[in-house]
Amino acid sequence: MTDDDRVFRALADPSRRFLLDLLFARDGRTQTEMESELEMTRFGVAKHLKVLEEAGLVVVRRSGREKLHYLNPVPIRQIHDRWIDKYTEKHVTTLIDLKHTLEEES
Amino acid sequence: MSDTQVFRIWIKAPAEKIWTAITDPEWNQKYAYAAPQFFELKKGGRFHSTANQGMKDYAAANGFDMPEIILDGEVLESDPPRRLVQTWRMLMDPTTGAEPFTTLTYEIEEAGAGVQRVTITHDTPGAPATAAMIRGNTEAGAEGGGGWAWVLSDLKSLLETGKIMTDA
Repeated sequence: MTDDDRVFRALADPSRRFLLDLLFARDGRTQTEMESELEMTRFGVAKHLKVLEEAGLVVVRRSGREKLHYLNPVPIRQIHDRWIDKYTEKHVTTLIDLKHTLEEES
Repeated sequence: MSDTQVFRIWIKAPAEKIWTAITDPEWNQKYAYAAPQFFELKKGGRFHSTANQGMKDYAAANGFDMPEIILDGEVLESDPPRRLVQTWRMLMDPTTGAEPFTTLTYEIEEAGAGVQRVTITHDTPGAPATAAMIRGNTEAGAEGGGGWAWVLSDLKSLLETGKIMTDA
């Protein structure tokens, strides 16, 4: 599996995207803090965090006895540079605008 | 957001080469913001970075002053090629220049198969403008505002391909 595969696979799951959004709003959280935000077992949250960590999207730092979770924006930046720039921003923006227009109409 | 930001990347290069690319002005002016950074690699050693010609030209064209020293700080810990801890202050902007020194840690760890895991941890308590600057601009095309994520991506590009991203 390449680095890109790991990142896309990690992002493919809605619970993992939710965990990333939590960390985007405020990172440096413990797993326990995040568990209270999800309808999921402790084991499930731990498993998702592990996948995010292996994809490089989350970095765990120790602070005394606690393990704090930080969002790592670098893989997203790399995907941006690798995929979005390549197919030009303009086309993407146009398509997103089109999607919004169509969704508003329906 | 907390007062700590963490940025991590994997780079296929020897640790010594990555260390040199970070600490040697001959190398560190080749990528990202392209301003030379000077380190006295010992505890209490001086750190500073000077404005490059592009920055001076940009400032002159836009009618503001560009200081000669754009970054300053002190080396707190130097353990080549694995760990560098320093204080860091951005002087290019009067707001960040008036904030307290922040703490920047570089860690280069063996990740197997000739790959190093490079982690930057930047602690910015009491320095919100500096924190915003290093977080980078997520807007497309705003490359100068890419923060550490952009710096690390460009460092990886240089070490693995010999080219910086804007050459590609």
